[in-house]
Amino acid sequence: MLTFIIDALVTVVGVTTPILLAATGELVVEKSGVLNLGVEGMMLVGAVTGFAIALTYGDSLGALAPWLGVVCAALAGAASSMLFAALVLTLGSNQVATGLALTIFGIGLSSLIGSGYVGTIIPAFDSLFPDSLAGDPLWRVIFGYSPLVYFALIMIFAVGWFLNRTRAGLILRAIGENDISAHSIGYPVIPIRYAAIAFGGAMAGIGGCYFSMVMTPMWAEQMTAGRGWIALALVVFSGWRAGRLLAGAYFFGVLMTLELYAKASGFSFLPSQFWAAMPYLMAVVVLAVISSRGVAGSEAPACLGRPFLPSS
Amino acid sequence: MRIRLEKRLTPSRFMQIATPVASVLLTMLLGAIIFQLIGFDGPNAIFQTFITPIVAPYKWVDVLTKAAPLIIIALGLSLGNQAKIWNIGAEGQYIIGALTGAGVAYSAPSAPGFAAIPLMIAAGIAGGMAWAAVPAFLKTRFRVSEVLSTLMLVYVALQVLNYMVDVPWKDPNGHNFPQTAPLTPAQSLPQVLPGTVIPPGFVVAIVLTLLFWLLTTRSVYGFSVRTVGAAPEAARYGGFDASRTIWSTLMISGAMAGLAGVIEVMSQLRLINLGFPSGYGFTAIIVSFLGRLHPVGVFLAGLILAVTYVGGQVAQTAVHVPEATAGIFQATMLFFILASDILVRYRVRVIRDAPRVQPAEAVA
Repeated sequence: MLTFIIDALVTVVGVTTPILLAATGELVVEKSGVLNLGVEGMMLVGAVTGFAIALTYGDSLGALAPWLGVVCAALAGAASSMLFAALVLTLGSNQVATGLALTIFGIGLSSLIGSGYVGTIIPAFDSLFPDSLAGDPLWRVIFGYSPLVYFALIMIFAVGWFLNRTRAGLILRAIGENDISAHSIGYPVIPIRYAAIAFGGAMAGIGGCYFSMVMTPMWAEQMTAGRGWIALALVVFSGWRAGRLLAGAYFFGVLMTLELYAKASGFSFLPSQFWAAMPYLMAVVVLAVISSRGVAGSEAPACLGRPFLPSS
Repeated sequence: MRIRLEKRLTPSRFMQIATPVASVLLTMLLGAIIFQLIGFDGPNAIFQTFITPIVAPYKWVDVLTKAAPLIIIALGLSLGNQAKIWNIGAEGQYIIGALTGAGVAYSAPSAPGFAAIPLMIAAGIAGGMAWAAVPAFLKTRFRVSEVLSTLMLVYVALQVLNYMVDVPWKDPNGHNFPQTAPLTPAQSLPQVLPGTVIPPGFVVAIVLTLLFWLLTTRSVYGFSVRTVGAAPEAARYGGFDASRTIWSTLMISGAMAGLAGVIEVMSQLRLINLGFPSGYGFTAIIVSFLGRLHPVGVFLAGLILAVTYVGGQVAQTAVHVPEATAGIFQATMLFFILASDILVRYRVRVIRDAPRVQPAEAVA
């Protein structure tokens, strides 16, 4: 029984991590007043980049190769987000359509890059801790994860601290709430939004490479399977607050684990497709609950999704 | 010297037509360069993708077949996009439309064609509308962003399809493949124009393009939709109800997506399998923007996107570019069209620096 519980906990942490990473990035983007719907595309670009680097340098760099893979996944995610940023920030294009274009582009680009890698497997980017801890039947619940899991947890706390406790975070939020006022008192609205979008891209890239380097250490087309959209829903679910984002991520993680267990057990009073649809159904339901209740402090940034072109 | 943007009082008509054309041409140019750089025969890849399907008559039926669902779905989406209602889940409504339409066929397998065909089409439209009604209800009742709710329901629709073809509608003679039994001829769409190979869906697309043209340019409803999108305050003042616009645009776009789905299953595949959802619902979003939300533009844009689908397959065999290429071209086209949108709304002025006035004097 204990083994079962620990297994389940380890699975929950595993499936939660990529959506937590991507949602943490998107939280910063949305706090700055920009809605980037390209999360799914950026995750895929990160997934294929991280995999390709880890595979290519696996022999020469050994244990360092996955670290380089993660860094490159972050860079690739950030680079692809700059396409989006240039369009919506500099050219004032529609954010919904541009974000979608980025997702479609990311799906295509990752399939193009990844076409040579399908079916190859790399060693998973696993725990750093000694086997006595990471492999321990009990302690692996704390020590048995990929470094990315700890990174995701550190980042959500860091982002929460940054947004609420630092001056830079205050400025970023001010830009998201009222870009025209922030501009008029001299804050660089556009550069800060560029930086926020780049951060969001990097985090989505890292979240994506979790799929290809940790979860199933291989590349498959569209392997993120819509998790980028869950990350977007998660930001709304959190009411744009870091603490609730973490809780929400684990809530969705539990739902996705139920799907895995329902499939694996082969014994379920409901069809496995029901469990696969569950996170998305629940996302719709929680969006309805959150949006209707108007919980204090959970309003969207006032400028979210609005184009800002300072008349020069 | 600096560049200055001046807002135009009215959008430029010239730019509205010139920018989509330029976007397609720039996509071809950029595509040729990139393919050359990554080691393919760039110009030939572009020729095979964009030109072969147009000049080779044996590809025309393919192009029209692919264009039909794209145009039908994009016509509906364009209406919503004009009101800034973003239905990005047309793929889900397309899937559900196909399922409900086929469901009629499977529940009344021996119905004669004159009864089965209209009922299936009606069921397909109703299915698409029902799937779009959920986001409409959630948006008007709970203020849930339709962007996320429509999209989430795509993944739910995919699982519904997976379940239906795997359990209740699985073809008993299908060698255990997850697919439904084939539709009978009485449950399939006949050739609308006898003696030709024009796909029935394309004829529907032509008729709908005309209808949507009348609706958007010649009706108060079309005007109200545009006003809600362009000036919500003015629309409220003018008595155009925002909820009604949300409901009507989502119902119409859902109906169109459902119709496209049921037509596809009744005229092309004639059964439903796991490969049925082919992303038309997403590509139609590109069609809608490339066509600048105008029915005639959407019609032409649908043809162009269909060319890239067919051409992508041609280029795959001729130049050995990967299958994903078409998707990249489509996304690049959308990037260009969105980037050039600024030229429609703004005038770009190059200003020579005048002799600078000292700040102190300026204040004085």
